[in-house]
Amino acid sequence: MDRPIRVLVAKPGLDGHDRGAKVIARALRDAGMEVIYTGLRQTPEQIVAAAIQEDVDVVAMSILSGAHNHLFPKVVNLLKEEGVDDMLIIGGGVIPEDDIPFLIESGIEAIFTPGTSTKDVVEFIKNNLKR
Amino acid sequence: MNIDEKLLKGDKRACARLITMLESNDKEAIEILKNLYKNTGKAYVIGVTGPPGAGKSTLTDKLVKELRKQDKKVGIIAIDPTSPFSGGAILGDRIRMNDLSLDKNIFIRSMGTRGSLGGMSRATWGAVKVLDIFGCDYIFIETVGVGQSEVDIVKTADTVLMVMVPNLGDDIQAIKAGIMEIADVFAINKSDLDGADKTELEVEMNLDLNEEMDFRPPVVKVSAAKNKDIDKLLEKIIEHRTYLEETNKLEEKRIRNNKTELLKMVEEDLMSLILDKAVKEDLLENLAREVTLREKDPYTAKEEILKLIVKSE
Amino acid sequence: MFDDKKINELRSSIDRWEKETVEKTISRFPERKEKFTTGSNEEINRLYTPVDIKNFDYERDLGYPGEYPYTRGVQPTMYRGRLWTMRQYAGFATAEESNERYKYLLDQGQTGLSVAFDLPTQIGYDSDHPLAEGEVGKVGVAIDSLKDMEILFDGIPLDKVSTSMTINAPASILLAMYIAVAEKQGVSKDKLRGTIQNDILKEYIARGTYIFPPEPSMRLITNIFEYCSKEVPKWNTISISGYHIREAGSTAAQEVAFTLADGIAYVEAAINAGLDVDDFAPRLSFFFNAHNDLLEEVAKYRAARRLWARIMKERFKAQNPKSMQLKFHTQTAGSTLTAQQPDNNIIRVTIQTLAAVLGGTQSLHTNSRDEALALPTEDSVRIALRTQQIVAYESGVTETVDPLAGSYYIESLTNKIEEEAIKYIERIDELGGAPKAIEKGYIQREIQNAAYRYQMEVESLERIVVGVNKFQIEEEDKKEILKVDKTVELSQKEKLVKLREERNNEEVEKALNILKEKAGTDENLMPYILDAVKTYATLGEICDVLREVFGEYEQSIIL
Repeated sequence: MDRPIRVLVAKPGLDGHDRGAKVIARALRDAGMEVIYTGLRQTPEQIVAAAIQEDVDVVAMSILSGAHNHLFPKVVNLLKEEGVDDMLIIGGGVIPEDDIPFLIESGIEAIFTPGTSTKDVVEFIKNNLKR
Repeated sequence: MNIDEKLLKGDKRACARLITMLESNDKEAIEILKNLYKNTGKAYVIGVTGPPGAGKSTLTDKLVKELRKQDKKVGIIAIDPTSPFSGGAILGDRIRMNDLSLDKNIFIRSMGTRGSLGGMSRATWGAVKVLDIFGCDYIFIETVGVGQSEVDIVKTADTVLMVMVPNLGDDIQAIKAGIMEIADVFAINKSDLDGADKTELEVEMNLDLNEEMDFRPPVVKVSAAKNKDIDKLLEKIIEHRTYLEETNKLEEKRIRNNKTELLKMVEEDLMSLILDKAVKEDLLENLAREVTLREKDPYTAKEEILKLIVKSE
Repeated sequence: MFDDKKINELRSSIDRWEKETVEKTISRFPERKEKFTTGSNEEINRLYTPVDIKNFDYERDLGYPGEYPYTRGVQPTMYRGRLWTMRQYAGFATAEESNERYKYLLDQGQTGLSVAFDLPTQIGYDSDHPLAEGEVGKVGVAIDSLKDMEILFDGIPLDKVSTSMTINAPASILLAMYIAVAEKQGVSKDKLRGTIQNDILKEYIARGTYIFPPEPSMRLITNIFEYCSKEVPKWNTISISGYHIREAGSTAAQEVAFTLADGIAYVEAAINAGLDVDDFAPRLSFFFNAHNDLLEEVAKYRAARRLWARIMKERFKAQNPKSMQLKFHTQTAGSTLTAQQPDNNIIRVTIQTLAAVLGGTQSLHTNSRDEALALPTEDSVRIALRTQQIVAYESGVTETVDPLAGSYYIESLTNKIEEEAIKYIERIDELGGAPKAIEKGYIQREIQNAAYRYQMEVESLERIVVGVNKFQIEEEDKKEILKVDKTVELSQKEKLVKLREERNNEEVEKALNILKEKAGTDENLMPYILDAVKTYATLGEICDVLREVFGEYEQSIIL
């Protein structure tokens, strides 16, 4: 790809812990990507609208409140309803291992839990783009 | 349905994808725009600029909401600087417009400057055309007024809104020196702060220096955060539009803008043609070395580079 | 403490030691690293000696426990008199389940309650609000109205326990509910003991559960100060929190600086609202983090105590010694816990507990080992509480006051953190105080830079996190974790429907209208909020009224 990878970094749900999202945003920028950061308290609908208008390659979401099982799949489904099938969707946060298979099955392609190196996230994105 | 048909129908994904393609100077996208150019011309373009922290995004958000009351369709292009080190960028203007996202008559797009050779102005002008075809009545281009290329872009808007805030200190000097003269309307944001009156006075005094203005830019104090006097500001913007339209100056301005755009595109294409060749064949590197070692004078060297495209044409 | 001559002699003997003894060793056995740093990236010398604290003046800089400048502690006998309050933050799902957990914890020897609310409650939404979807009962208990609060404290005598509530933007409403529950139990307001967090500035900086813009938020806070100083005199009206600032990635010195800068802003707001500093300052309390760098953390608490005493005395001319005492709650650092090999977290929490206790904390929450995975199970919570008890009863560190004082390293580090914090506070003053510095994004940017630097240090292995970037293992067995039942949201919604049917809706509307009208005036809102709460107006309804008048805060994004 001869253009920068575009990534939407979003925080669905109500928790205000954006340390991880912001560190990731900076790391992705430093890896040469264009990061659209949408801030706190985003509804799945807002995230999907932003992802479409910004025509991003990747939607990266972070949740620490425990609402991931509800909110992550909702974003995937709304994107599907809009006919979007070429965005890579990833998630991160405090997410119990037990929940990961369900989330992967719902269409989140990777879940990054605390302790993940930002380099791993960058590599994963670069290797799994859908267009 | 093809992407052009979808765009004409007001499809957001088509709109978004075309802008992406134009950002990478994609040939197919340019062909599409050639065909659809006849569908442009309805949109009115407002450039919003001002120093960092002036509240441009919040103010744009509020102006757009005001326009939505009049049932206008609005596009917003928010430009943020690209990091010169990594080529990446964090585009954060959207955050102040999050509740606009869901309105189907609003389209927001964030763009990085992608370096001076990245063709930002061309991409922005392309995006304006796409949003025009998409059906927007108004298009906002919002950018920090620091880099020359950003100023160039804002300058080509129909109305340029300059956003100021009180107590900027030295920043105001920099702005005065650069882009005060391109503004058609001034907004003094955060009007509830001490110093708003002083800033207003400073701007007015600055305007007094230029006596030969046909249209004296109005200065409006607003508070974007408190949603105060936004309607007044919009009124002044519309007044400027009416003035341009009634005096036939809008067409003059657009001819001037199109001249700028054409020249810029030619310049960029020529540049990339030269760079492509010269860099690829190590010519630039070698010539620069020869000039440094006094083996060749720079003027002859330049002529040798120019010969490259004369030959190829 | 030492005269110049003695210091000079020492300097030359240290030089000698470096040349004769150290270099010899280093030439054969180099040190492990080029540069040694604290957890907050402060450079650490090989050795600390009197030279490093040459201007040290015992009486001026340390004094005695229970006396100005309180460096050694706010009470004269510290833990020889009474141990700190062991206060585990808990609350999840419904009021019924949380009530059970509280009773369990009290049975286990816990001495104070600490209520965690779910996010919709913290942001002023009822459980049936669209934004609450998926969040009800997740990180704490869902409280929609006085009804839930009555259940939450059912069978717990409010004149006997002290209750800490982690609530900020809608603090006045939850406090009003607590007062109303007490009244129903027959307990008068002046007997209530506890704390509300009530610290909105750090919400804008780091924690994110804000509702209203700064101005009306500060007004609500000063309303509480004023109301409580007259009506609920034993209540700690604010817990000025560095905890979340540190969790967001700040350094130790930044934690002290930004917390105290927030504190200064609250004191100024209250004084501007016409209160006398000694009327409310004794009820201010603080909340700090405990990280892994044991000695730096101890120095941090000591520096914070000394600096606050000086600020209150010199800047605000407080007369009452209680106004100068920085009393604080501590929580061990959630951000240092790892999802990998979670049992290791027990050891981290132990070190952090020691830091808090050696630093003279008044109360402590110890995190559970599984918090990087999910909400803690009962087993994990018990181990966390036992960690405090072991430090309290077996380690011996409680038997004398401020045992680390006089260590050259500790005193030097205490000075350094205080100096650095003073510099930050001066910069914030230049920017116009904490609220302005937050609006300009200065504080957020400083924290984010520190957070990013830390992350890069971990990734480049400059900083080792055991089990994360070194000493990793393949982990198979999954630990048992606690899950919140999906039915919580439904049952809360049902309760709301029922509530709206059963209560006197005319009264509710009347109370809300009065509140709305008063919100537009300068009057203290606490009595009107209390009236509204008693009609069983919901938290969301009350917040909506205030949102209408005050507007909502828009986040300023700084990256």
